[in-house]
Amino acid sequence: MGKTLFEKIWQKHIVKQIDGGPSVLYIDKHFIHEVTSPQAFTGLNKRGIKVFRPQQTIATADHNVPTLNQHLPIKEELSRLQVEALKKNCAEHGIELYGLGHPFQGIVHVIGPELGITQPGLTIVCGDSHTSTHGAFGAIAFGIGTSEVEMVLATQCLLQSKPKLMRINIEGELNKGVVSKDIILYIISKISASGATGYFVEYAGSAIRSLSMEARMTICNMSIEMGARGGMIAPDEITFNYIKGRKFAPQGEEWNQKLAYWKTLYSDADAKFDKEINIDAADIEPMITYGTNPGMGIGVTQKIPTIDTVNENDRSGLSKSLAYMGLQQGTAIKGQKIDYVFIGSCTNSRIEDLRMVASFVKGKKKANDVEVWIVPGSKQVEKQAIEEGIDKILADAGFILRQPGCSACLGMNEDKIPAGKYCISTSNRNFEGRQGAGARTLLASPLTAAAAAITGVVTDVRELLN
Amino acid sequence: MRSLTIIKSRFVPLNIENVDTDQIIPARFLKATTKEGFGKNLFRDWRYENDDETKPKKDFILNNPVYKGEILVAGKNFGCGSSREHAAWALQDYGFRAVVSSFFADIFKNNALNNGVLPVQVSEPFLQKIFAVIEKDPKAELEINLEKQTIELLDLSKTPPSVGPGETFDINSYKKTCLLNGFDDIDYLLSIKQDIENFELIKAF
Repeated sequence: MGKTLFEKIWQKHIVKQIDGGPSVLYIDKHFIHEVTSPQAFTGLNKRGIKVFRPQQTIATADHNVPTLNQHLPIKEELSRLQVEALKKNCAEHGIELYGLGHPFQGIVHVIGPELGITQPGLTIVCGDSHTSTHGAFGAIAFGIGTSEVEMVLATQCLLQSKPKLMRINIEGELNKGVVSKDIILYIISKISASGATGYFVEYAGSAIRSLSMEARMTICNMSIEMGARGGMIAPDEITFNYIKGRKFAPQGEEWNQKLAYWKTLYSDADAKFDKEINIDAADIEPMITYGTNPGMGIGVTQKIPTIDTVNENDRSGLSKSLAYMGLQQGTAIKGQKIDYVFIGSCTNSRIEDLRMVASFVKGKKKANDVEVWIVPGSKQVEKQAIEEGIDKILADAGFILRQPGCSACLGMNEDKIPAGKYCISTSNRNFEGRQGAGARTLLASPLTAAAAAITGVVTDVRELLN
Repeated sequence: MRSLTIIKSRFVPLNIENVDTDQIIPARFLKATTKEGFGKNLFRDWRYENDDETKPKKDFILNNPVYKGEILVAGKNFGCGSSREHAAWALQDYGFRAVVSSFFADIFKNNALNNGVLPVQVSEPFLQKIFAVIEKDPKAELEINLEKQTIELLDLSKTPPSVGPGETFDINSYKKTCLLNGFDDIDYLLSIKQDIENFELIKAF
């Protein structure tokens, strides 16, 4: 029987199989950041051991950092201490740190791919659930807890049970105004926030193959939002072209060898999946969420579900969500007033996202009573945006291009949405309080978010496209 | 890590589905560099009005003195969302040694196990039964036996209390041994370091 993409990579990384238990899985690349690593280093120090393979761990500061005036010391004391702890730990253990001020600093899931560290066939982990982003390159990439960060630092291995495998096929052409964020919000709305728990997902089909690497990363990024351990896409020419020439990409003869191997990384025609889902790309319209988990999404022209139309078990959850969101069942989401627009996060802060927003808003002005924050994913994205003049287009529209970091996705820094305010956000989670205590988040694509910035209300972007 | 065998305790019913780790411990409390002290901020925004510890929300279950114990019983898909292990640290620091639900998110489950907090997955009907029982009797108790992999409702109307309805639960045998003995994965991985070094010499990717 043929093997899946996942199985081909997984089997090559098994150091040892424990009888009746998990596998010892070798980890090729480990990303760390300031929030989920300090306790792991404390653990190592207590055991009196050093990092086993420091060259396979890469660090950056992203979750806590301010997105304005990054040249100044971090004002908030606890954030500053955490960033300083990362610096000290990296220095003590010989780990490369792309900290504040470094030209490679940025959101951990943006910098790995753009530096060419993320490559097909690798196992990649990070103490962050959106590590699944790197799966877009045909890697096994998943988020881990801090105890597991400590394990990888200590031994470059993790104990893992093999997950079940799901394939989601999206065939056909996308409608006008529909982008990769809409695909993943659509999938999650269909299978729910827990629908892929216990599975590793492979995304396939002609609609996926037609996407750029940035767009594929957006899809894999949100795999965790339906409970999946991770998501991945078989590498192809689009993948290879993206990697070639990047800072840490293989070169010369090594490139040829790696490329030959990468071309073997796909699911065989007779490979078996535990579950398969088929989706017609034509069914997808621009999406938006109305509730407090990412599965609560609808097409922008649809109405918020009524309590009596959902499963009995889901009714109290829906009522609680709508009460928090201040929205009414059975009403249209289109036209809902917006106070803030956040374009950023590891889901949608890459150069392609900023280009998409800039080309849409060029010559337009933001609505008066809306505040718009555009937060690039990395220093390199910021630099490129400035070189391309995107910053000027955004400024002319009344948008602010800030400095790189996780920012208002989780509001660990100052970028918080005030209680009761509505924020249309290109990030990945609409949980209660995620963007600030009492904040009300509506997840959408960069295009749909940009449209709302111009009109001040939830808008069907297709009506504004030529 | 403390070893874990039998937990016999009253329990706190949190009858809400899809409890995400942002609710268990909001992001603004992730700035610590140690594992201690997260319990006071467990479910912070569900527990207090306007982030004010002097204003507990009366309708939130942790604020109801009727309910107490070392076991939290929650609706399905508990621990979804962020990978933050701080959620497991907060539950443990608050005093919970086990969480019972009909479904756990993967990363949370690993994080809990790595901190000696036992995730016990039960069937949806049994979960509903537990919620129904505590609604009638807030002093109801559960007994979780890790060795036997059983969870049982205790019938306190009998003296001594007799065992009521129960179920068995799954846990992989490696993790079970770790919990029973208080070992952790790092101890094990460090013990096979030679195997890892040998693997690095032959790995072909």
